Amino acid sequence: MALERSDVEKIAHLARLGLVEADLPRTTEALNSILGLVDLMQAVDTSGIEPLAHPLEANQRLRADAVTERNHREAYQSIAPAVENGLYLVPKVID
Amino acid sequence: MQWEVVIGLEIHTQLATQSKIFSGSATTFGSEPNTQASLIDLGMPGVLPVLNQEAVRMAVKFGLAIDAEIGQHNVFARKNYFYPDLPKGYQISQMELPIVGKGHLDITLEDGTVKRIGVTRAHLEEDAGKSLHEDFSGATGIDLNRAGTPLLEIVSEPDMRSAKEAVAYVKAIHALVRYLGICDGNMAEGSLRCDCNVSVRPKGQVEFGTRCEIKNVNSFRFIEKAINSEVQRQIELIEDGGKVIQQTRLYDPNKDETRAMRSKEEANDYRYFPDPDLLPVVIENAFLDEVRAQLPELPPQKRERFQEQFGLSVYDASVLASSREQADYFEKVVSIGGDAKLAANWVMVELGSLLNKLGVDIDQAPVSAEQLGGMLLRIKDNTISGKIAKMVFEAMANGEGSADEVIEARGLKQVTDSGAIEKVLDEMLAANAEQVEQYRAADEAKRGKMFGFFVGQAMKASKGKANPQQVNQLLKSKLEG
Amino acid sequence: MHQMTLAEIARGLADKKFSSEELTRTLLARIAQLDPQLNSFISLTEDLALSQAKAADARRANGESGALLGAPIAHKDLFCTQGIRTSCGSKMLDNFKAPYDATVVAKLAAAGTVTLGKTNMDEFAMGSGNESSYYGVARNPWNLEHVPGGSSGGSAAAVAARLLPAATGTDTGGSIRQPAALTNLTGLKPTYGRVSRWGMIAYASSLDQGGPLARTAEDCALLLQGMAGFDPQDSTSIDEPVPDYAAGLGASIRGLRIGVPKEYFGAGLDPRIAELIQASIKELEKLGAIVKEISLPNMQHAIPAYYVIAPAEASSNLSRFDGVRFGYRCENPKDLTDLYKRSRGEGFGAEVQRRILVGAYALSAGYYDAYYLQAQKIRRLIKNDFMAAFNEVDLILGPTTPNPAWKIGAKSSDPVAAYLEDVYTITANLAGLPGLSMPAGFVDGLPVGVQLLAPYFQEGRLLNVAHQYQLNTDWHTRTPEGF
Repeated sequence: MALERSDVEKIAHLARLGLVEADLPRTTEALNSILGLVDLMQAVDTSGIEPLAHPLEANQRLRADAVTERNHREAYQSIAPAVENGLYLVPKVID
Repeated sequence: MQWEVVIGLEIHTQLATQSKIFSGSATTFGSEPNTQASLIDLGMPGVLPVLNQEAVRMAVKFGLAIDAEIGQHNVFARKNYFYPDLPKGYQISQMELPIVGKGHLDITLEDGTVKRIGVTRAHLEEDAGKSLHEDFSGATGIDLNRAGTPLLEIVSEPDMRSAKEAVAYVKAIHALVRYLGICDGNMAEGSLRCDCNVSVRPKGQVEFGTRCEIKNVNSFRFIEKAINSEVQRQIELIEDGGKVIQQTRLYDPNKDETRAMRSKEEANDYRYFPDPDLLPVVIENAFLDEVRAQLPELPPQKRERFQEQFGLSVYDASVLASSREQADYFEKVVSIGGDAKLAANWVMVELGSLLNKLGVDIDQAPVSAEQLGGMLLRIKDNTISGKIAKMVFEAMANGEGSADEVIEARGLKQVTDSGAIEKVLDEMLAANAEQVEQYRAADEAKRGKMFGFFVGQAMKASKGKANPQQVNQLLKSKLEG
Repeated sequence: MHQMTLAEIARGLADKKFSSEELTRTLLARIAQLDPQLNSFISLTEDLALSQAKAADARRANGESGALLGAPIAHKDLFCTQGIRTSCGSKMLDNFKAPYDATVVAKLAAAGTVTLGKTNMDEFAMGSGNESSYYGVARNPWNLEHVPGGSSGGSAAAVAARLLPAATGTDTGGSIRQPAALTNLTGLKPTYGRVSRWGMIAYASSLDQGGPLARTAEDCALLLQGMAGFDPQDSTSIDEPVPDYAAGLGASIRGLRIGVPKEYFGAGLDPRIAELIQASIKELEKLGAIVKEISLPNMQHAIPAYYVIAPAEASSNLSRFDGVRFGYRCENPKDLTDLYKRSRGEGFGAEVQRRILVGAYALSAGYYDAYYLQAQKIRRLIKNDFMAAFNEVDLILGPTTPNPAWKIGAKSSDPVAAYLEDVYTITANLAGLPGLSMPAGFVDGLPVGVQLLAPYFQEGRLLNVAHQYQLNTDWHTRTPEGF
């Protein structure tokens, strides 16, 4: 099933990627070519096979509940694009 | 048409851990913005989460307390969406395999009936930061101190049929998480927040109506009001020929109405998948046994015990058992003062209204359980009457010391010397000679009411200190005589 | 001096033949002179290097020793380095001075290594030709018109050109082994969980693994020794003791059972490479190895599965680049959505955008089962194939790549053509197995690699076999002309 340009626009919005209008046909074509490769997978019989999320199938380790972090706001915000009074700034958000 | 209301709730409880669910940052409320935001909380490139064992223990505690199946192999998943208070662009949550499965909780309604509410699941996740909309040069400010605070999201079945039931359920969850010591329950600080899924359907219809979700309602009172106004909106809409659209809404307490959230207008596709940075959490039986052994007596068991041990009504017992602090206070008063019913009455009525007036919780009560218990002793041994007790209670609340100290300092000890009482009565009767005449002329039926007048005058004259039984007795013989 | 391997440098420093500072100055000068042809570095860290070199010399003067004390290296530019630009080859992070050190960086610094700079790479490690780098393609010293491979292309080009003896890389689908093969180096991808991922900017979290690129197996052993080990900050790090890799290099490989999958020699493999692989097999047989044919029946499904799993994880991992807390932010965003879309649209290059889109699509409602879940099931089939194979053999051998390094630009019109070059390497990432590529000869003057795969945590076996092979062959000693 090939993606249409509108599908690509929808996915791009989901991923918050601003695509250049002129690139859309090329991007759509590239995605369809990748999905064509990926779709070869559909022919594989995987009935009864458990999905594998982690190669080693280990279990999660737990951390002790202890405060180990100190305040590094100044250092961390020195690389931020826009801050004021210790807050990160973004364009006005409407609930 | 008769409408039936259907309510299901999602309650987010912040777990009372020292550090965050995936980082070693403190979870203290109210710190300077972004001073409790570590590399992990900020979603810096290259950082990785490590799970806090206390969050796991607390979730399991809750699961055991509601008789739920514990997900002994539970999995964290990423919920992907963009929002400025969500630094990584995804929230680490649980989807298919939550830590707590199906369970239930009993709530006591005002008429004393007990209703069982199903809990669908409860899962661990990380809290988001906060967006501050005050004007920062027309921008929104983001504080990520809260980002990564552990949350247990408790999802109920759509089992509630009125706003009152919903509130009773939230109160029961609130009491439970505080009993378990897993959440401070401070709703004003957002430690316990509630999303209400509300729909209506014609009575008798089996299918549910279309529901709306009211996000983030943060007090018992607002939960009730928000649900009622949403129910009214939906009924009016349908009765006017409209249709309820599934949407996310916000409650505005000033206007007492709900409105659709603009930021949630588009349907989200969260693209959940297992978080590859975290491994499955395996909970061993030994751990379950250990947590089970640590469980305190919970509200339903406490309620039953209060009924049996103290002979209290279901309602009184469930009110007293509704918070661990209140139950402990009550039991201490009983252990000193002896009389459970009297103690229940004082804790629920006088203390209750005092706390209400002051707007404080019972752990900050100006009258301690020891003080109240000591006062009940003085009622029981006739040192003071019930009426004087109210004065003593007030004085104790004002910091005037123990009941005995107040009684001593204010000379409130009940007068039981019949000579002294007779003197007061004689003076009072002399001052009301006319009424005495009328009394004596009146027939038996009218005398009852008039007798009360003389008792009142006598108590007033003795400043309430005369023993009421003795006053009755002596007055009767004087008037008859 | 620049011809020395890490092992030779360690001996020279121990014997006080030269100081780390002298060596560092020599290599920095060589980089300044030759790197303009190669573009293998994104950032040079001269000041840091010299201070680390002096500190290492001082430590040695105080009686300390250690194979890595004073050894010059470079880090792939996706390892976070505190206070130093960590670009990940992207415009998105062109201004990003990481506020902390990756565990690998910290461990190697503690061992006394000297960081000369940060190496070029495909943007966010997505690519196998280093062509998606915001900083331009790195060039293959064996032929400057050809790619050095990717995504750790800068590390490979720099080490192959003798600008330094060794460098770190990361391997998500072959990004250490493939550039090692294309530049005549030895490169090792460890078992998933062997090397900490803390501070390694994630491409696909369940596949990514850091490892060494060097000219010899012995040098890989030395560098891996400094990188490997349990890290409590990485939940997927495995708490297994780290063996002494150098100590295990000398063991005989007599009786070692090597499996050669018949599926490796199908269409698509350059027959000249097939011949060189056969020659390397013969060499190992001479050393006493027993070679037999095996089968990995699901191997052909690995590329489709990989190109679902990796983009799916990447689409989520790269959501944090939103122009709010660090990195690129577009000019004058008119609202929040505009901030996101333009910052990400302008900050990410075309290949990264394609993979984000593929990944978001594969995870989206209605497609999850058919794509993501199906890929994870195939992942298990592939792992099962390996588990079965390792019941019969101790090691699996085959080509690292189907073709030698391609000409810059030759595959840029068709992303899928480049994906197919990963056919031999990605199975190890899907199964989490350790893999090594070592030099096996040349085709048209371009290097060819042979890949060895081993069971979990058998990095030592890979290094041992490669070292024994290198004691008996000289492919790895060949130097590209002009370097």
